[in-house]
Amino acid sequence: MILLKKLDNKALAWVKFSVFLLALIPIARLGVGAYFDDLGANPIEKITRTTGYWTLVFLLITLTITPLRRIIGWTWLMRLRRMLGLFVFFYASLHFLTYLVLDQFFDWAAIIKDIVKRPYITVGFPAFILLIPLAITSNNRLIGLLGGRRWLLLHRLVYLCAIGGVVHYWWLVKKDISNPLTFAVLLGLLLGVRLLYWLRGLNKSFAVFNRSGDVT
Amino acid sequence: MNKTQSIAVNASEITPPELFYNRRHFMQLSAGLTLAGLLPFEVLAGDKLENVKTATDSMTEKLTPFKDVTSYNNFYEFGTGKEDPARYAGSLKTRPWTITVEGEVNKPKVFDIEEILKLAPLEERIYRLRCVEAWSMVIPWAGYPLAELLKRVEPKGNAKFVEFISLHDPEQMPGQKSPTLNWPYREGLRIDEAMHPLTLLALGLYGEVLPNQNGAPIRLVVPWKYGFKSAKSIVKIRLVEKQPITSWMTAGPAEYGFYSNVNPEVDHPRWTQSKERRIGEFLKRPTLPFNGYAEQVAHLYAGMDLIKNF
Repeated sequence: MILLKKLDNKALAWVKFSVFLLALIPIARLGVGAYFDDLGANPIEKITRTTGYWTLVFLLITLTITPLRRIIGWTWLMRLRRMLGLFVFFYASLHFLTYLVLDQFFDWAAIIKDIVKRPYITVGFPAFILLIPLAITSNNRLIGLLGGRRWLLLHRLVYLCAIGGVVHYWWLVKKDISNPLTFAVLLGLLLGVRLLYWLRGLNKSFAVFNRSGDVT
Repeated sequence: MNKTQSIAVNASEITPPELFYNRRHFMQLSAGLTLAGLLPFEVLAGDKLENVKTATDSMTEKLTPFKDVTSYNNFYEFGTGKEDPARYAGSLKTRPWTITVEGEVNKPKVFDIEEILKLAPLEERIYRLRCVEAWSMVIPWAGYPLAELLKRVEPKGNAKFVEFISLHDPEQMPGQKSPTLNWPYREGLRIDEAMHPLTLLALGLYGEVLPNQNGAPIRLVVPWKYGFKSAKSIVKIRLVEKQPITSWMTAGPAEYGFYSNVNPEVDHPRWTQSKERRIGEFLKRPTLPFNGYAEQVAHLYAGMDLIKNF
């Protein structure tokens, strides 16, 4: 534990490289499956579901980084966050492209109808669109350009994306909601922890306010 | 009284020595046959069905490969994943099996599956199958019209609907351990739909005994309705006066109606029904009214509001 608390740059590079490879496993498996024609009877559905599922998994992992760092104190975890966040965008883009190309094959009329009429797409589509500015501003130059505070504010959008993504999943399943329910509970926990920290921060300022009130 | 005389035996009754000494072999053979009777090899999934009349109607559309038909299934009794039925349906025991036909009939009867198999000549029927999830297949079923069975129990005049009840046994059907649907699975048809010559009681597909994951040993196939209307692994058929409440109607009253005729004009509340993906094809194809069987069945619904009666 003590050893893991502080990682030198070399160790961190290895961790990053390993996480990078691990994060590529889902797409690699899809690629191998596609090559050997082993994606089942409905490969397009399989690709859509797999990329959607891993988008949400990486989104939850990314949202775990900050509270985990606060709880166990491994500050180097923060240096994995950007890569994990970009993997969210990577899988979300594949998911969206699968829908656009493989599923609808650029049938724009059908796509617009879906966005307007199908609640799960009505929430899923903006959840994806909102990820784009976050992905674009995930480099040092733009962070510098925006300034830390504004960058932080912008990246709070990820909470909306996460809620949109989970609701999207919940609304599309036919009957068995066990998977989306699991995602919803985990997301609830991750957002709850943040709310707790935020409230505690508020209380602290209240406490300070009260104390100063006592003095006068 | 001569004792030896009373036990005298006709020469014809004496077991020939070659047979007598073959007794051990005979016992083994009969034990084997008894076992075969208990584990009915001759009618298990994968075996060829005998004397199936080949399809006469010309189906121009390409058959969905056997592998896809038997590995991509919705059969929630074995789990909600598409691969679950193929993976877990091995635990389903299709022998012994009986089907109780009862209710508003003159001659209620419990049919044994062997009797069902011989009730009417088996014929091949190549039907399109349209799932409510907007995918479809073309499947060569083997069976005979449900009407053949119903006629034998003589429905009464007040038998307006037919209810189909599937097996309920969580030991054999592990998916029933979760309350995904209101078990047992229930489906229903109006009596004229049930008596329609297209409505098939299927016992096989691709010339073989019905695989477990496809609803063995006996299922319904109603080709102009969404797939879930075609009840699988049926144990009871009831002729009733009032419209039955089906499992899917209970699960989602706004999404799954009693009729559930394939209709490109009436969307599922959450997705469109105007197109479908034929398994094995890339581009979606337009969905046809009554799944392409309008000519044969549209008259059953003359004057009915099919948007209200979805």
